[in-house]
Amino acid sequence: MTTLLELQGIEKSFSGINVLKSVDLTIQAGRVVALAGENGAGKSTLMKIISGIYQRDAGTVIYKGNEVKFTTARQSMDAGIGIIHQELNLLPELSVAENIYLGREPTKLGKIQWDVIERESKKYLAQLKQDIDPKTPLGKLSIAQQQMVEIAKALSLNAEVIIMDEPTDALTDIETAILFEVVDELRAQGKGLVFISHRLGEIFQMCDDIAILRDGEMVHQGPVSEITEDDLIRHMVGRELSDQYPFVPAVPGDVRIEVEKLTAHGAKEVSFTAHAGEVVGFAGLVGAGRTELAKAIFGANPIQSGTVKIDGKEIRLKSPQDGVKAQIGYVTEDRKQEGLVQSQELGANMSLTGLDRFCNALGFVNKASEAVTISEYIEAFAIKTRDANTIISNLSGGNQQKVSIAKSLVPEPKVLILDEPTRGVDVGAKREIYTLINKLKAEGLCILLISSDMPELLGISDRIHVLSSGKLTGSFARAEATQENIMRCAVAGQTNG
Amino acid sequence: MKLNDFISENKSLIGLIILMAAVSFANANFLGIDNMLNILRQTSINAVIAMGMTFVILTAGIDLAVGSILAFAGAICASLIGMDTPLIIALVATIMVGAGLGATSGVIISYFNVQPFIATLVGMTMIRGATLVYTQGRPISTGYFDVAESFYQFGGGYMFGIPNPVILMVVIFALCWFVLSQTRFGRYVYAIGGNENVARLSGINVKKVKILVYALSGALAALAGIILTARLESAQPTAGLGYELDAIAAVVLGGTSLAGGKGRIFGTIIGALIIGVLNNALNIMDVSSYYQMIAKGAVILLAVVVDSRGKSNA
Repeated sequence: MTTLLELQGIEKSFSGINVLKSVDLTIQAGRVVALAGENGAGKSTLMKIISGIYQRDAGTVIYKGNEVKFTTARQSMDAGIGIIHQELNLLPELSVAENIYLGREPTKLGKIQWDVIERESKKYLAQLKQDIDPKTPLGKLSIAQQQMVEIAKALSLNAEVIIMDEPTDALTDIETAILFEVVDELRAQGKGLVFISHRLGEIFQMCDDIAILRDGEMVHQGPVSEITEDDLIRHMVGRELSDQYPFVPAVPGDVRIEVEKLTAHGAKEVSFTAHAGEVVGFAGLVGAGRTELAKAIFGANPIQSGTVKIDGKEIRLKSPQDGVKAQIGYVTEDRKQEGLVQSQELGANMSLTGLDRFCNALGFVNKASEAVTISEYIEAFAIKTRDANTIISNLSGGNQQKVSIAKSLVPEPKVLILDEPTRGVDVGAKREIYTLINKLKAEGLCILLISSDMPELLGISDRIHVLSSGKLTGSFARAEATQENIMRCAVAGQTNG
Repeated sequence: MKLNDFISENKSLIGLIILMAAVSFANANFLGIDNMLNILRQTSINAVIAMGMTFVILTAGIDLAVGSILAFAGAICASLIGMDTPLIIALVATIMVGAGLGATSGVIISYFNVQPFIATLVGMTMIRGATLVYTQGRPISTGYFDVAESFYQFGGGYMFGIPNPVILMVVIFALCWFVLSQTRFGRYVYAIGGNENVARLSGINVKKVKILVYALSGALAALAGIILTARLESAQPTAGLGYELDAIAAVVLGGTSLAGGKGRIFGTIIGALIIGVLNNALNIMDVSSYYQMIAKGAVILLAVVVDSRGKSNA
C-alpha cells in the first residue's frame, strides 16, 4: 500500500475560532476513505486546505513524498488532486465540453481545438454512462446531470487523488449506482479517494476506511469494517451537554401556529403545530428543507399547497409583507444577503421591518419614539455598539445577530422563526442568544428554531421535529430526543434519495 | 477627527467652494449678485430633474427617460395653455402625464424584471418619438390667451427679486429632503438600494416603492418641462436632449452611489450647482462650447475619482 497524501497536525482558525485542531489524515492508493462528521465539523475546510483554496495555519501536507503548500486551486489541480465540490462550480451558459476543459483548453497556434475537447468530453461522459452531447449548454441539464459533468471534469484531470464532497446529494439512485461503479474502477486503478457523505449507508457500502471529525478534531480513524453504524453516529455527535444551554421548561399556552400539509419548494406535506411559550426545534441535514419550510411559512417562498393558521385563523401568504402582517417574524440564516443592509446604520436596520410602529397615517417617521425603542433593544440585548448610528458591517457577528433578532421583534410578532441563529457567532454570544430565546419564550412568544448545531437544538428546544429530504421524518418531546434518535431520522430517506 | 468627518461628508460642497473661488479670481464679474441668480436659474431645471433621479439612483436604478419626458410633458403643457385651459389644471395634468410615464417604466422594471437601464432607454426612445409625432416636429406655441401670461411666470417671473424657477427648486428640495429623511417611504428607498433582497424579506413592498420612485422622477421631469416651456414661451420637440446625463452627473457629483443605498438630496443640489457654475464660468470666460464639453467631462471625472479614492481609504 502506498501513501499518496498525508496530512499531519493541520490547524486552521477563522477570525479566532479554531475550526481544525491538529488533524491527521492519510489517503492511500487504491483505497476510499470516508470523511464523516456533523455539519460544521470541519470536513469541507479540511478538503479546501488540501486543494489550496484555504491556507493551513500549521501542520504539514505531504504529497507523494514531498511536502507541498498549494496556494491556489490551480496548483493542486496541476499536481493531480481533483475535487468535486458540494456546490456545483460550473458555468451554466457554457457548453458541457467547455465546462469540462475550462481554463485548460488544448490549443494549436492559439486556436482552441474544439474537436479534441468534444471528443475527450464525450469519452469521460461515456465512462459515467451519460449520453450527453458535449455541445449542450450546461444550464439545460438536470442538476443530477450537472453533477455527473462535474465528476467527468474530475476524471478528465486524470487526478491521483480525488475528493468527492457530497457527490450523491443531487443524484438519483441510478446515477449513484453508476458513480459507485466508477469509484470501484478508480480504486482498481490505484487512485486515492476521499468520500464525504451524510448518507451513512453509502459509507458502509463504498468505503474502505473511515475518518470522523467532530468540532474540528479527528475523533476516530480506522477501517470501515471495524465500526458499526451506531458507533459512527456516537462518534459524530458524542458531545457532553453542559450548562452552555440554560434551559427553562416551557409553560405552553394556546396553539399559536398550525401548519397543515404544507408543500413548497423543498418541503413536502409538512404538518406540525406549535404553542405560545415554547421553542420547537427543527433538525435535519443541510438541504433537508428546513429553511425552505421557514421561508414558505413567512411568505418569502410560494406555497404550492397546504395551509398555515395563526391562532386558528388561516392566513394568506403571498409575500413577506403577508408574513409580517400575520405577525410572523423571520430571522434569516444569511445575515449578509438576506438579514441586514450591511451598508446602513444599526438603527435603520433594526426598525426596518417594524417601521409602521413609528409612523403616522401619512407615513412620517416619529424619530424620537423610534430612537427610544432602538436604544431599549440595544440595552436589553446587550448589543455592543458605540450608538445606533454604527454601520452594521462594523459590528461583530454576534452583535449583528442580536440586531437581526431585534429587527424581527420590533413589529411585535406572535411567532418567531430563528434560522441558524448562532451561526458564525462566538461561544459567549451564543449563550447570550440562548438566554434571550428563553426570555422571549417566557414572554409567551412561539419560537421555531432551525439549527444544525445538534447540542444547541437539544439544549434549548421543548420539542424537536426532524426533516429529511423535505419531509417530516420524526418528532420528539424533549425527554425522548437524543442525538442518535435525531440523526437516524435525519438520514432516514436519504439512502433512497 | 470631527473636521475630517465634515470634510469627507461634504466633499462636493468643498469642491463647489473651491471652484467658485478659482473662477472669481479669474473673472471679477463672476461673484456679482446678478450672475449668481443667473447661475441658480440656469441650474434649476437640471436640479429638479436630478432630485428625482436621486431617488431612482438610491434604489440602485437609473432613469434615462427624463429628457424625453420633459419634452413630451412640455408639449402637452404648451397645447393645454394654448387651448386656454385653466392654469392649475394644465399644470396638474402635465405633471400627472410625467408621473404616469415614469410609473410605466417602474411597472416594466418591477413586474417584467427588465433592467432599469434598458426599460428607461426604451422609454427615452419611444417618448421622444411620441413627442415628435405629437408636435409634428415643430415647436408648439403657448398661444395668446391671458393664461399664457401667468404661465410664463413659471419660467421668467420673480418673487422678492428671486427667479421663480429658483424658488421652485428650493421648494422641491425641501420636499425631497423631508421625504427621504423623515418618512417611511424614504427609509424604504434607502433599504431597497442597500440590499433589495433584505428589503423584500423585511416585508417591504419593493415593487410598489420602485414604481413610485420612477413616477416621482417622471413627475419632476415634467415639472422641469413646465419651467422650460414657460421660459421659452413655447415647447420644442427636441427639448431636454441629453438632460438625463446632466442629471446623472449632478447626482454622482453629489456623492450618491450608483450602486444604490447611499446618498443625500443636498449633495445632488451641490452637484447640479457645480455643473451650473462650470457652464457659467466657461461662458463668461469666452471658452468655446466645444471646449466646454471637454472641461465639463474632465471635472466630473476628477470629482468621481477623488470621491472613490476617499472611499477606498476609509
